[in-house]
This record gives sequence, structure tokens and C-alpha cells, in this order.
Amino acid sequence: MLELSGINKQVGADLHINNVSLSMERGSLNILLGPTLSGKTSLMRILAGLDRPTSGDMKLDGKSVVGVPVRRRNVAMVYQQFINYPGLTVYENIASPLRLAGMDKQAIDKKVREAADLLKLTNYLERTPLNLSGGQQQRTAIARALVKDAELVLLDEPLANLDYKLREELRVELPRIFSQSGAILVYATTEPYEALMLGGQTATLCEGRVTQFGATIDVYKQPNDITTAQIFSDPPLNTATVTKTDAILMYGDYQLGSVSRDLPNDTYTVAVRPHHVSLSPSERYSVKLNAVVSTSEISGSETFIHVTTEQNRWVLLTHGVNRVNTGDTIDLYLDPSRFYLFNSAGALVRSPAINSEAA
Amino acid sequence: MNKPFNNKAWFFVLPVFVLVAISAIIPLMTVVNYSVQDTFGNNVFYWAGTEWFKEVLHSSRFHDALGRNLLFSAIILAIEIPLGICIALTLPKKGFWVPVCLILMALPLLIPWNVVGTIWQVFGRADIGLLGNTLMRLGMDYNYATNVFDAWATIVVMDVWHWTSLVVLLCYAGLVSIPEAYYQAARIDGASKWKVFKYIQLPKIKRVLLIAVLLRFMDSFMIYTEPFVLTGGGPGNSTTFLSIDLVKTAIGQFDLGPAAAMSLIYFLIVLLLSWVFYTVMENYGAEKQDPRVEQD
Repeated sequence: MLELSGINKQVGADLHINNVSLSMERGSLNILLGPTLSGKTSLMRILAGLDRPTSGDMKLDGKSVVGVPVRRRNVAMVYQQFINYPGLTVYENIASPLRLAGMDKQAIDKKVREAADLLKLTNYLERTPLNLSGGQQQRTAIARALVKDAELVLLDEPLANLDYKLREELRVELPRIFSQSGAILVYATTEPYEALMLGGQTATLCEGRVTQFGATIDVYKQPNDITTAQIFSDPPLNTATVTKTDAILMYGDYQLGSVSRDLPNDTYTVAVRPHHVSLSPSERYSVKLNAVVSTSEISGSETFIHVTTEQNRWVLLTHGVNRVNTGDTIDLYLDPSRFYLFNSAGALVRSPAINSEAA
Repeated sequence: MNKPFNNKAWFFVLPVFVLVAISAIIPLMTVVNYSVQDTFGNNVFYWAGTEWFKEVLHSSRFHDALGRNLLFSAIILAIEIPLGICIALTLPKKGFWVPVCLILMALPLLIPWNVVGTIWQVFGRADIGLLGNTLMRLGMDYNYATNVFDAWATIVVMDVWHWTSLVVLLCYAGLVSIPEAYYQAARIDGASKWKVFKYIQLPKIKRVLLIAVLLRFMDSFMIYTEPFVLTGGGPGNSTTFLSIDLVKTAIGQFDLGPAAAMSLIYFLIVLLLSWVFYTVMENYGAEKQDPRVEQD
């Protein structure tokens, strides 16, 4: 088990990592989710031992590893860029960590061929990385990490530079490939979808802080605060600042629904996921808003409609191809049971009921 | 493919063609013209055919000079390439000292050949030169004008001083373009400095290194000014390289025919050896590029 407690990393005047505490089990998949510059890579560098934290402790199975040099740790890392030894063949690349460990020739050969087989590289073993496609180069890097049998495997946006098809393919394979190794897997990504598809546990990062850490689906469904909810939503959450009087939430002239009278009268933020806005009324989608279309993007079977409502920019994700024109005024319908409600400090007050389908 | 045909394109190529014709093709053809004829002046020419070529290729004077050239280029490459790589590796990658180091490195490159020759000629003199005088006081019998080894050593040191910077700058450019992640990955793998050099840095600077080797080979093979300024090709003929011999033949003895034949052979040797270097380095350790694979 890997435990981080109160990790800080200061570079000059900037705090790159701010009081991070996490604990990760062996064999678990841990996702670091956050936008660019949120501290994912900084945290990974500390986990790898490339950087020393300014303060805080990091324990592996109860023993502190702060200050243990990288080469004495059993860590493997895969990067966003495809990093392989440029002059060596795929075979030699995969074998390189084993050769450094001083393993005997036959054992190396066996492991290299197993890994190559698992990563579909068997036909390319004699090529050098430059003569491989991007996907194959990244597979080679992954195979190198795999044969090392590391205790900690760090994947820093490993799929970001791959095209869509390869990304889908490898995303499914990656957790499976490493699942037998019993390694602690840490996976950094900027994409909420990727986190959801991978499952496991997610830590959302914002400006070097971990805003929430828990089972991925829980973090998605029950974000502690609005920052976490924003990180874990792409396209961004639609927000509206509302005032509560009695039990009614008022958004400009609109009544957005009712809440318990127990909540103090204050301003709140209502957040709605883009796919929880409908263009037609129904029993559930009962709250009506007017909006002006600014742009629409059609992506296959879905349409993203960007609208302005009460000076707020919202994004709607609708099924099918919707023909709307810029400048059109359209009616939006909201389902009050799917509102996230955050208080003025940003903390979650109410989330959609867990069992409501597709929260 | 259906390319539109447009004669305007020739118009754009024309200036380059004219420039190349004036700078290379016409002078080269003049030399070819001389190499197959004999003349005694007064613009009277006699057809000589391949006679001059045969004469040059069979002359021991040419063989000796060629041998000197080959030895000199070998020494220069053996010193400047490894030294250049070593210096490039030790240069800082970022910070205040980068421009300082780069400018210091580039300074020798700005000095003309004959000035370099003169500097070292004076520097090495036993009576007034700092180097020559110091060596004499240390009890070393250093004299480039009479001792063959001293003359060679001086020219080699001169060239190393003058041109190692070029190798350094080229290698440095190659080294700074290696992403930091490669070094990180190597650290995680626990690779030693030597392994990082062998498996990451060297393959990554291979292409610029090829250019450095080619440039230094061609340039050292055409060495002229330094030995000319230092000893004029002496002592004896010990530093008479092909270029010096060529000038002696053409201008000293006014044997235009043999000189022209010699310069053509000289040119072909440089071309051939450069091609050999290029092919060997390009193919060394690299497999055939697979055209089916996209490069990214």
C-alpha cells in the first residue's frame, strides 16, 4: 500500500502540490483527473521519486520512501510522448529494464515474448521505434513498463497522443494488462470520460490540491464541491446562480424548483449536466427556460448546442441531429431532480438521488 | 495524378541555374578543358587526351600528397568528433551560461584561415612566440620549421582549435532537442550515464553528427591555408597536401594541364569519400525504412 500524507511541493514561489494525502492499495487503479497544469505530472514525479517533496511523507508498505533514489525504487512510467530508446529494436527496448536488472538471457527472452504477445508487438520485434506507428511505439513503451514488474506503474496521459480508435482500444486493454501484476496503477488524464470508462478510484486535482478522492463513480455522482464537479464534467457543467426564498429557487425571473425549507435563505449555485437539458417538455423535464443559440456542433449521433440564458453560457448535449440556427430562441426544459445544488462556499448541498438512472 | 502544366516554373528556376552556371559549371568546364590539352602559352593548345590523368595517377608526388591528406583528415576526425561531442555534453542546457558558452565556442569560427595560420605561426616561434618560447624554456626542442612532427602537430592543433567548435555547436543543437522525458525514463530505468549516452543521446544526434563528420572531412581534406602560412608545405614536402601541391603545379610550374587533371581527380576523391561516409553512417545500425509505416 502506498500512502501519501501532507505532500507539498514548492517551486520558487509557487506551490505545485498542495497538501496531498492519498492512499492506494496494491492492485488498484487510481486515476488522477484534472485539467492541464493542475499538478498531475508534478505529483507523478514525486510518486516516481524523480522529485523530492518539500514536505510530507510517502510510505510504501509502511516504510517511508522519501529520499530513496529513483533507481532503487521499483517504478515504471509511461509518458504522453512515446519514449523508447531510439537506437534499439523493439525487442531490445522491451528487454532493456530486464538487462539492467541482470536477468539471464532465457528468462529475458521469455518475458519479452510474453509481453510482446500481450501487446500485439510480436511481428515488430526487429524494428526500431521510428519505423513503428504511434500506437505501436506506445505499446512498446507499455511493454517496457510491464516486463519490469514494478510495484508502482505510473501512466502519464498515455493515450493523449494517439488517435481516437487506438485510444479506445488501448484504454480497454491497459487495466487488464496490468491487473495481474498486482502493481499500484496510477493513471493521469484530463478527460472525465476516460476516468469513467477506466473505473477504479479517482482523485480530482485542481491547482495542486486533491479536491476529492474515492471510487470513480462516487466522485462523479457525489462531488463534494463545485470544483470537483466542474473537473469531472466535459463539456462543462451548466451553472446558474439562484436565490432561495422560502422553498423556491429563483433564477432571474424563472422558478427553478423547490427545496427543503430547512436550507438557509441564501444564494446557491444550481449545476446541470449538459445531457440533462431537454428541448422538449415531459413529466420530468418540467422547468422551462428561454435561451438564445450561439453555435451548434454536430458530432455523429449527438448535437452540442451552445446557448446563452440569462447571460450564462450553457452547453446542451442532445441526441440525434438537431437543426438549430445561430440566433434562434429556443425553449429548454430541466428536470429539477437532476440538479446539483452548491452553497455559496461551493460545497455540495444536494445531489440527484443516487438511484435515479443516469444521474 | 493530374498536375497542371505551367511553363512559368522554368522562369523561377532560371536565376538559380544562372548562379550555379557562373559559380560552378563554367569554371569546372574550363578545368576540364585544360585537363585534356597541353599548352605552351600564347593561347595555343594541343590535344592531350587522358595523358595528364595517367601521369598524375602514376606520380609518386601525387600519391604522397594524397597519403598526407588521408592521414591528416583521419587525425582531425579522430580528435575533433569525440572532443566536440564531449564538450557539447558538458555545456549547460539552460540558464545564464548558455549564451556565454555558445559565443565563446563560436569565436574561433569567425576567424579567417590565414589569420589562424599567422596567429599560430607567431605563437609557435621559439624567439618571440609564447608557445614556442615556453616550450623552449621547458627544455623541449620544438621547431615547426625543421621538425616534421612539430609541423604536423602545430597544424593539427591549429585545426582542432579552429574547428572543434563547429562540431560542438552542431552536437549541442542535437542534444538540446532531446525531450526531458527521455532522461527521466532513463533515470527510472536506472540507466547509467554511459548508457544514456549510448542509447539515447548518440542515436538522437546521429543526423547532426553525420553533417559534422562530412563538413569536417571535406574541409580538412581540402586544407591549404594553415600549412601554407606556417611553412609553405615544409619542412621538405612533409606538409605538402594535395591543395598545396596543386597550387605549386599550376602557378609555380605553370603546368596547367596536369594541374587541371589533378584538381579533377582531387574533386572526385572528395566527392567519393563524402559519399562513402554518408552511406556508411546513414545505414549503420539502421534498418530499411518501411514506407508503409507512417512517421510521426
